[in-house]
Amino acid sequence: MSGAALLEVEDLTVELPTERGPLRAVAGVSLSLAAGRTLGIVGESGSGKTMLSRAVLRLLPHAARVTGRVRFEGRDLYAISREALRRLRGRELAVVFQDPMTSLNPVLTIGSQIAEALREHLGLAQAAAFARAVELLAEVGIPEPERRARQFPHQMSGGMRQRVAIAIALSCEPKLLIADEPTTALDVTVQAQILDLLAREQSKRHMALILITHDLGVVAGRTDEVAVMYAGGIVERAPTRALFKSMRCPYTQALMAAIPKLHAPPHTPLAAIGGSPPDPTRPPSGCPFNPRCRYAQERCRCEPAALTPPDASGHQYACWFPVGDPAAAEG
Amino acid sequence: MAGSGRAPLRQDPMLLSVENLVVEYGSGPYRVHAVSDVSFDVRRGETLGLVGESGCGKSTLGRAILQLYRPTAGRVLFEGADLTQESGEALRRIRRRVQLIFQDPIASLNPLRRVGEIVAEPLAIAGIGDGAERERRVRAVLNAVGLDADMVMRRRPHEFSGGQCQRISIARALVLEPDLIICDEPVSALDVSIRAQILNLLEEMKTRYGLTLIFIAHDLAVVKAVSDRVAVMYLGKLCEIGPAEQVFERPTHPYTSVLLAAIPLPDPDAPVPEALAFGEPPSPIAPPSGCRFRTRCPKAEARCAAEEPVMREIRPGQFVACHFATANGETA
Repeated sequence: MSGAALLEVEDLTVELPTERGPLRAVAGVSLSLAAGRTLGIVGESGSGKTMLSRAVLRLLPHAARVTGRVRFEGRDLYAISREALRRLRGRELAVVFQDPMTSLNPVLTIGSQIAEALREHLGLAQAAAFARAVELLAEVGIPEPERRARQFPHQMSGGMRQRVAIAIALSCEPKLLIADEPTTALDVTVQAQILDLLAREQSKRHMALILITHDLGVVAGRTDEVAVMYAGGIVERAPTRALFKSMRCPYTQALMAAIPKLHAPPHTPLAAIGGSPPDPTRPPSGCPFNPRCRYAQERCRCEPAALTPPDASGHQYACWFPVGDPAAAEG
Repeated sequence: MAGSGRAPLRQDPMLLSVENLVVEYGSGPYRVHAVSDVSFDVRRGETLGLVGESGCGKSTLGRAILQLYRPTAGRVLFEGADLTQESGEALRRIRRRVQLIFQDPIASLNPLRRVGEIVAEPLAIAGIGDGAERERRVRAVLNAVGLDADMVMRRRPHEFSGGQCQRISIARALVLEPDLIICDEPVSALDVSIRAQILNLLEEMKTRYGLTLIFIAHDLAVVKAVSDRVAVMYLGKLCEIGPAEQVFERPTHPYTSVLLAAIPLPDPDAPVPEALAFGEPPSPIAPPSGCRFRTRCPKAEARCAAEEPVMREIRPGQFVACHFATANGETA
């Protein structure tokens, strides 16, 4: 697999200095993604999913301490020059953020923002870039693209702005698109449209996609593989179907159980997870989920569990007493 | 008129009846039609879920019940007294019995005050009890919402997580032992694992304090988890209202079906959500003629532009405002 991988992340750790000491935002993450595939990264706030995606793009604050490796098409992104990195970002590696109002420039027209990427990376002339920008707006489903191209972000709705952000990200035909909570700020009927758009463009362009979300519902129908993050690390990773068929990590299972189900009768008590996620400057010893885990035993409190090697279906999990094992059932 | 008409109002005495409520603001060509002729009621002990997308007027409606926004027209009857006609001390007295919980748990707590003071403030404003009595009540309510009163009383909001701040907000809403609490997106800023804790807590508190709730949210599954009845709102109007289970299982308004179909289910074998309605809601400054949903409705016909559908009972207890709704319902 590693030979064909477009993106390879190896034992990546990101630490940020804070007044309370170093904050370990990403803790020893390894993953790989092949061209044209979709990886969903699921986690709650503070789980490290956004910091992981920023680390892949080398978009971290200067003070961040990064160890490990990120390879894109075999090139180590932390070894290449800033100039080489700049050519790569926006061209082959693109990103769509959660809030399109803050990621778009409020004082430039939509058309000129898309054209900027085309001129910078593809060397198109002004007029050609603008014409292509209008085409891209049409491709992402914006009606009256000619007129819209001359408008400013504040003249558009949230869904429209996210379409524009996607048009910018797609403008240079990237090989990898990272979408960080692209629909979290949007209403559910608009969310469905934006996710459809991403899926359509992805298959048309044979682009790899990392879809970062807190919503297990979003990854279920839209990804090939899922990685679940907790306290900076990947705790479970599997092909999407295999994961939903059997969740081995107590955290993944608890997260799934905590979601209100549409088919459950009203007033059904929810299976809440007690406590809160750990303070990232003071992680607990052993497995980071152990203080909240109903299956935790002595070993979980002392020794962190590493991801298991993939089983026949490609399923990996980091747990001493995985759900479904006889040893865990006793606890 | 789509979502208008008083058909959903029930006959027996209700804790709260909202009749033909209209809330508009701004003037001239920029007048915002936030709530347009909405009628519903809430029985004592019931939870009414109010769902809709951003900008549909659900939060404005919640605030207009409390007279935080003065309605343009219509009545809000709380135990028979019309709040739109009340002001000053009389209104303040009734407001003690109706409390509000907001979406952003951290922003809704004064960062300079200690938790004990924040939760005691409603008592101080209402002039209830002396210092010792207030402290006793504050401690009791903090313990009831799952916080250790001794630990939290002297601390300030920034020392707490979002979930804990929401517990403090709930304690503040409960301390006057109100009859009705309007919860405006109380869990949408919280993570999944914390959301479940807070929803369970609201359910417990409802039983323990004998509360009536209006639960405003955009997440249908969250609303269903706590509601007896559900009202679906679109662009200032009610589309459909009825028993929660019935509305979700057999929706009769196309918008309810569109919302249900758009929810991504955590099941890879479930059909991928379809975008059944295209585009986004039009502006409440210039809402469409006739049925307000018609510009995005997969079933709209010429009649929908010309004539506003009136609320009618389509199945026992379930009301809908759509020309084409049938008792067999939508195929969601």
